[in-house]
Amino acid sequence: MSLWLWVLAACAAVYATKLLGYLVPEGWLKHPAVGRVSAMLTIGLLAALVAMNTFSADQTVVIDARLGALAAAAVALLLRAPFIVVVLVGAATAAGIRALG
Amino acid sequence: MGLSIAAAISLYGVSFGALSTAAGMSLWQTVALSALLFSGASQFAFIGILASGGTGAAALGASTLLSGRNTIYAVQMKALLNPQGFKRLAAAQITIDESAAVAMSAEDPVEQRRGFWGAGIACYLFWNLATVLGALLGDVIADPEALGLDGAVVAAFLGLLWPRLKSLDSWALAVLAALVTTLTMPLLAPGLPVLAAAVVAVIWGLTSKGGRT
Repeated sequence: MSLWLWVLAACAAVYATKLLGYLVPEGWLKHPAVGRVSAMLTIGLLAALVAMNTFSADQTVVIDARLGALAAAAVALLLRAPFIVVVLVGAATAAGIRALG
Repeated sequence: MGLSIAAAISLYGVSFGALSTAAGMSLWQTVALSALLFSGASQFAFIGILASGGTGAAALGASTLLSGRNTIYAVQMKALLNPQGFKRLAAAQITIDESAAVAMSAEDPVEQRRGFWGAGIACYLFWNLATVLGALLGDVIADPEALGLDGAVVAAFLGLLWPRLKSLDSWALAVLAALVTTLTMPLLAPGLPVLAAAVVAVIWGLTSKGGRT
């Protein structure tokens, strides 16, 4: 089944990114720009994933209960809640907004 | 220190396992991601893109790009520990945010080695056990939307992003990346808007001044 192929391909690709750092000669990836691009890439991708999971529905942009979940999660993070609490707050908020219609 | 981090990571692991099976992955696919891929943000990206209708290729792309920072950690760990042979292959698998952070926070070489392997192995064991537990929980959930699991995914990604937003520069990029993704969503195939944001992030990294991240 093709989903399995993508799972295993992703596993191999991510392992390759880890091993690469041990294999390249020292100094190759020492340029400050490499570290900066990597840090920015992580931030950009995670922010993009937040936006996609908040607003996407069948290739259109919608505003629904998930935006409430995002706001509630941000408040939980501001209050320094641990990760699992943030996740539960997000779920409870989305479920609560839907239950209230 | 390694153990307290592993305890915290277990909570991420339960979330991942539950959300992964709710996103349509099988128990064994979920287990494979944690055992073989073993990088939290990349795993969340993989299931998050598939859950929103993205292709396997887009999920693979985002997952791999998110692991770019593991390459940087690996370079730093090679400089600190320089593992050889089989140990190098094992070290690569447990080179993640947590093990690299613990190793780099230690002062002397013995502590660095103990920190890296201790945190890495503990995280690996706890992450995988927690994933199985979460996946079994996720499997019995009949209606993910009524329980707000899509809201949980949004919260999980924000939770992963939050600790990295330490400067005005990173906030500005995060907002820009979110905007690019949202605006291109109606135009591009599912999953591709995330990769468009990745391109913006690379350009941002190359053109912004260093030392402020």
